[in-house]
Amino acid sequence: MSAAPDSPARRKLALSPAMIIAPLVVIALMLVRRWLFLPEDLVLLIGAALLFAFGGFVLGKLVGLPDRWIVIAVPMLWLFVFFLVPFFVLGRISLAETMIARPPYSPLWERGDDGGIEIIASLENYRFLLSDALYVNAYLSSLKIAGISTIFALLIGYPIAYYIARSPEPRRSILLLLVILPFWTSFLLRVYAWIGFLRREGVINNVLTWAGIIDEPLVMMQTDFAVYIGIVYTYLPFMILPLYANLVKLDGALLEAASDLGASPVTTFLTVTLPLSVPGIIAGSMLVFIPAIGEYVIPALLGGPDTLMIGRILWDEFFSARDWPVASAVAIVMLVLVVLPIMWLQSVQNRQEVQE
Amino acid sequence: MTSNPALAVNTRPWTDPNAQPFISIRNITKRFGDFTAVNDVSLDIYRSELFCLLGGSGCGKSTLLRMLSGFETPTSGKILIDGQDMAGVPADRRPTNMMFQSYALFPHMSVEKNVAYGLLREGKSKAEAAERAAEMLKLVKLDSFARRKPHQLSGGQRQRVALARALAKQPKVLLLDEPLGALDKKLREETQFELINIQETLGVTFIVVTHDQDEAMTLATRIGVMTDGVIAQIGEPREIYETPKSRFVADFIGSVNLFEGRVGPAAPDLMRVETEDLGSVSVPSAPGLTQGQTVWLAMRPERVWLTREPKPGAVNSVPGVVMDMGYVGHMSSYMVRLANGRQVRVTQANESRRDNPISWDESVHVSFEPGDFRVLTQ
Repeated sequence: MSAAPDSPARRKLALSPAMIIAPLVVIALMLVRRWLFLPEDLVLLIGAALLFAFGGFVLGKLVGLPDRWIVIAVPMLWLFVFFLVPFFVLGRISLAETMIARPPYSPLWERGDDGGIEIIASLENYRFLLSDALYVNAYLSSLKIAGISTIFALLIGYPIAYYIARSPEPRRSILLLLVILPFWTSFLLRVYAWIGFLRREGVINNVLTWAGIIDEPLVMMQTDFAVYIGIVYTYLPFMILPLYANLVKLDGALLEAASDLGASPVTTFLTVTLPLSVPGIIAGSMLVFIPAIGEYVIPALLGGPDTLMIGRILWDEFFSARDWPVASAVAIVMLVLVVLPIMWLQSVQNRQEVQE
Repeated sequence: MTSNPALAVNTRPWTDPNAQPFISIRNITKRFGDFTAVNDVSLDIYRSELFCLLGGSGCGKSTLLRMLSGFETPTSGKILIDGQDMAGVPADRRPTNMMFQSYALFPHMSVEKNVAYGLLREGKSKAEAAERAAEMLKLVKLDSFARRKPHQLSGGQRQRVALARALAKQPKVLLLDEPLGALDKKLREETQFELINIQETLGVTFIVVTHDQDEAMTLATRIGVMTDGVIAQIGEPREIYETPKSRFVADFIGSVNLFEGRVGPAAPDLMRVETEDLGSVSVPSAPGLTQGQTVWLAMRPERVWLTREPKPGAVNSVPGVVMDMGYVGHMSSYMVRLANGRQVRVTQANESRRDNPISWDESVHVSFEPGDFRVLTQ
């Protein structure tokens, strides 16, 4: 009796070569990486990815999960190990006290001299964050910078997305490609490039002086202005793409219907296009706002000493002050600040889907 | 006029040469690049008409409608609505409203807000607009659905919301693009009469674009049959069906048997046409035909007699064999093969429960009344 082509037993056999090949690929890559000039990190990353695919698969098989669950199990395992576990590690550190030790924080409990258990864990670090104006101001300042950047990204991104969505097909693809093009260069390099534009003897000051518009060079570097420029520039594609995806679906007949019923182009935009693009606006704004809150590189490179952002505080606490417990508390609070808007976004999107 | 003084309004203004058209389309041409969508069309439509533009896809009917609504600008020609030249008048300022094929209801607005949309745009107060919207929804029997969103309605209900929205502003002309196209057959038939009732109640001029000849025949006061950007024939449904002007119109409206032939010698009443398929047939003489000219004889399938024995006294009769038969209930349709192999479509009404209907492979006689032939020259 031969097994049917897609019987479970047969499928298990068909997948087994992958299980053998995965570790072999990693070993082979490790052996040849010198000649291929592959960085060790990359090989380790590939190895980790394959290990997870492999491990998730084997684990799923051992537990006897159906194959389609295993497909989900692999990314779930990835999220569990690289997101949830570090989150709990951070949470645990944030409850400890700082210590000059290795690692530089206290355990959560100790055995007392009398043999009882003494609990050291406390919310002291969180209370400290609230009591020190520096942290509160840094959070507020981060929210402000992220919020203003999001509004500017929206104001700039909406017309661009609208124009692309309304363009005829061959041009539309080219324009979309141009929006994504900056991603082909390193983010860090692009932010560095802005220094060349914004600094005292930079492109902008040189051109303006040459044109006779200004006598003194403008001070742009190491100001909040430079941070706004950096954030809006960097995250603009994240605003444009979801907005484009939304606007391109807009039925042209609706615009004609509005016009037919006596609406001017402006009224049509305000009463039809804009309300229908709200999901795109929310998605784009979240994609800009959330990473902007925790932004570290842009304020560090373009901002001045006054630019207060929580990403920088986090860095300073971890690496300058070496106060891991406070730094962990800062990170947890930031995470909560970011998660709340995501949850709101999710609920809005769900409502939208129910409507459709 | 003098024969019927009680009739104050002429219901067929197109028969009166002095009547003023309400909409006048003059030598309208629309080109998209090299493609001519509408080619030098002239058309007069009268007040309170329900005019149907009928044609296959790509015949230019929708483009013509879009030029009336102001969504397309004519390449050349002129459109007058109620005496006013529409050149340069944008869509939002025209006295027309359109019912879209997809209905184009605003998905984020409730039914009543959809209907009130146009009213608010002309500066009516919210209360006024709401009142009028409620009135319109009552007219289309949707007053209990005012708070619903379009996605909570059935296709037929959406169609009626679209109608109410387009009528709310009391347009001089209502343009309907395939108004019943998205409905299923049963609903379509009901809605046809509802549409006629609403049109008659309000007296608004309707211009309907459709590809469905049954729909056009049922709805229209007059039909304009379009093909390749030109109007092939304009006329009342009966006129289009009974006296088509060309083979295209004859074939497009209903089904037809076409026989090619040459005009024979003239006679006072009837003339003879020599055809390959039917031999020599007698048809009513038509003016303007010369002997030897090629003509086409159009014959509707339901005007053909199908009998087992030769029909006594028949002027035109040919023998044949039933090749195929389809029983549809109220009628049966037959394909009859003539002696030379030509197949003729015949339908016979099933008026009684005949015991012995004509069936497959029977030898039959196909007879034609001379008056039922339509002689076509193009």
